[in-house]
Amino acid sequence: MSKVLRYAAQAALYAAFVAFIGYFSTSPHYTHLPPGEGLLKLSFSHAGARKEACHERSPEELAKLAPNMRAQTVCARERAPVTVEVALDGAPLFRVIAPPSGLAKDGTSTVYRRVPVPAGQHRISARLADGPDGAFNYTSETTIDLAAGRVVVIDFNPAKGGFVFRS
Amino acid sequence: MAITNTLSAGATTPGPATRPTVAARRTLQRALQRVEHTFDFAFGAHANPWRHLGAVSFFLFWIAAATGIYVYAAFDTSVAGAYASVERITHDAWPLSGLARSLHRYASDAFVVVVLLHLAREWINGHIAGFRWFSWLSGVPLLWLLYASGIGGYWLVWDRLAQFSLIATTEWLDWLPFFGEPLARNFITGGSVSDRLFSLLIFLHIGIPLTLLLGMWVHIQRISRPRTHPPRAIALGLLAALIVLGLATPALSDAPADLVAVPVVLDLDWIYLAIHPLLYSSSAATLWALAGGATLLLALLPWLPPLARPPVARVDLANCNGCGRCFDDCPYAAVTMRPRTDGKPLPRQAVVDPDLCAACGICAGACPSSTPFRGVVDLVTGIDMPQQPVHAMRQALERAIVALRGETKIVAFGCDCAANVDALRAPDTAALSLICTGMLPPSFVEYALRRGADGVLITGCRDGDCAYRLGNRWTEERMQAEREPHLRATVPAERVRITWRGPFDGKALRTEIDLFRAALRGLPAWTRNGLRSPKRKEAAHG
Repeated sequence: MSKVLRYAAQAALYAAFVAFIGYFSTSPHYTHLPPGEGLLKLSFSHAGARKEACHERSPEELAKLAPNMRAQTVCARERAPVTVEVALDGAPLFRVIAPPSGLAKDGTSTVYRRVPVPAGQHRISARLADGPDGAFNYTSETTIDLAAGRVVVIDFNPAKGGFVFRS
Repeated sequence: MAITNTLSAGATTPGPATRPTVAARRTLQRALQRVEHTFDFAFGAHANPWRHLGAVSFFLFWIAAATGIYVYAAFDTSVAGAYASVERITHDAWPLSGLARSLHRYASDAFVVVVLLHLAREWINGHIAGFRWFSWLSGVPLLWLLYASGIGGYWLVWDRLAQFSLIATTEWLDWLPFFGEPLARNFITGGSVSDRLFSLLIFLHIGIPLTLLLGMWVHIQRISRPRTHPPRAIALGLLAALIVLGLATPALSDAPADLVAVPVVLDLDWIYLAIHPLLYSSSAATLWALAGGATLLLALLPWLPPLARPPVARVDLANCNGCGRCFDDCPYAAVTMRPRTDGKPLPRQAVVDPDLCAACGICAGACPSSTPFRGVVDLVTGIDMPQQPVHAMRQALERAIVALRGETKIVAFGCDCAANVDALRAPDTAALSLICTGMLPPSFVEYALRRGADGVLITGCRDGDCAYRLGNRWTEERMQAEREPHLRATVPAERVRITWRGPFDGKALRTEIDLFRAALRGLPAWTRNGLRSPKRKEAAHG
């Protein structure tokens, strides 16, 4: 093969290689969310109630302990799992039971879920149980107007009264 | 006449063929060799990129590193400033910063492609088991570091693609039970990202590539004289091609990140970010299973199933003078020189590490006591291959030369991994196939000529494609008296011809030997200066 032909072949092969790189560096397009849909995200971090109620030690119990260990109130560490249910327009969307974190199961329960939903107006109802009896002690309902390609976040903050809807 | 040995012959990579997958892999190997052979027409054997994929990977890393340092100088590590600073860089904040960004992107992409080709080529060629396990295994975590380096770079741009990739990655990582709170929760609202995130991302994007570089250094530790720089022709050609790509299609940012919106349609870099669509089309658990399973499979491949290894080089202390040539020439650092243990008044002796020995025989070719001129019946050399000892080579050579008939007698030395030298056999042509051409002591060439051959042809793998890395190079240097043991100057150069021919070069090899035969016929009458082979001593060697 002549020198010119060899250089031409080299150029063609290099061109093919970088064309491959260049193409797959940006193509083909990836459609992350179908047109006409938005995203509903449920995300919170919340510690459930203790599984067992704290109790006060009697004088006899305290006397049995070393002086530096005589705390009046004693609490079991384990917390109850947090259960959350979300319904969209009356239909159940998801139900999550989040166990407490930590080896002693005394940490917070965390939830992160993402669900694509059709854009438009929706009625969202959410309820949460964080006690040992599993009863839903927080409920909330709201109407959202979800635009296509937008995100609505359902957070939970007891200090703010429970569920917080952010868009 | 061919010397038989236990290794595979012809176009196959050395190594015992005991794997169930060997047939499929050999098919792939033939296909790969055909591709490489085709590339030889354009690049030449020496500068064929297929034979330098590891070195090209290093080169691409350095391009990405250099351009990364250049663009980092103008990068703003804040939420408000990151995107704008990348935009300024893209549109030439200073000379060529936009091109530097494009080169950074495309060199990183090319790095992945070349590394995957390198991995596939080494597997197809069977370069994963036995003594090579360390190089293979140490390369597996590098894949994770490579992807982590590249994906982290996308986050710094802080555009919609960065947002998508960062959230997808954290959602994937959150499947692991290590994190107290979901990492993805950090990106649920617009105000949840702070400047500290970018300090962390920069730390990762510098720290992970540095770890990758450290891993690459470890990866080549068991290779003697590793090639970390590709031939200049490849380096220049590749750099030029990447520059053209960067100028033709500059790397651009998407719209700025907006955490209250979902990036709907993305111009995804599929080379790095294909795992994200995979996550959303399956689940985090599935993706972890795939990634973890693939990693585990790659890590275990050298032992699936266990290989029966060929016999390794064996040192005979009675004939080892501790010269260190085998130590110098071993391509895999399997030979070390240690203090003498046999009481001889010599400082060192060669010791073979069986775990590192490739059984290529290059050490036997380097040993000064491998000369066939030694006057002993049982030719035992200082370091030898049990499956193809030097003594057997001498016997085979002598028998072959005696059997030669014709006007021009030629002895052809070849190797089991390259063009099939056995196909050259003819009444006037003897053929001896070695494990590797590098195991041919130069004195065998002179011996063949003195015993009656008119010419010696030496062939082996194509230039740069030696199955044992350095066989061609050492052979050439020995024949040109640039390396010990060397071919003596008394041997007429015109009676020795070296030609490197691969598995598909059978026809070219036949043409070459025909030309050589014609050239030998044109030479003046060959006199051997009255030299004769020394008489053999019946006594044992030593």
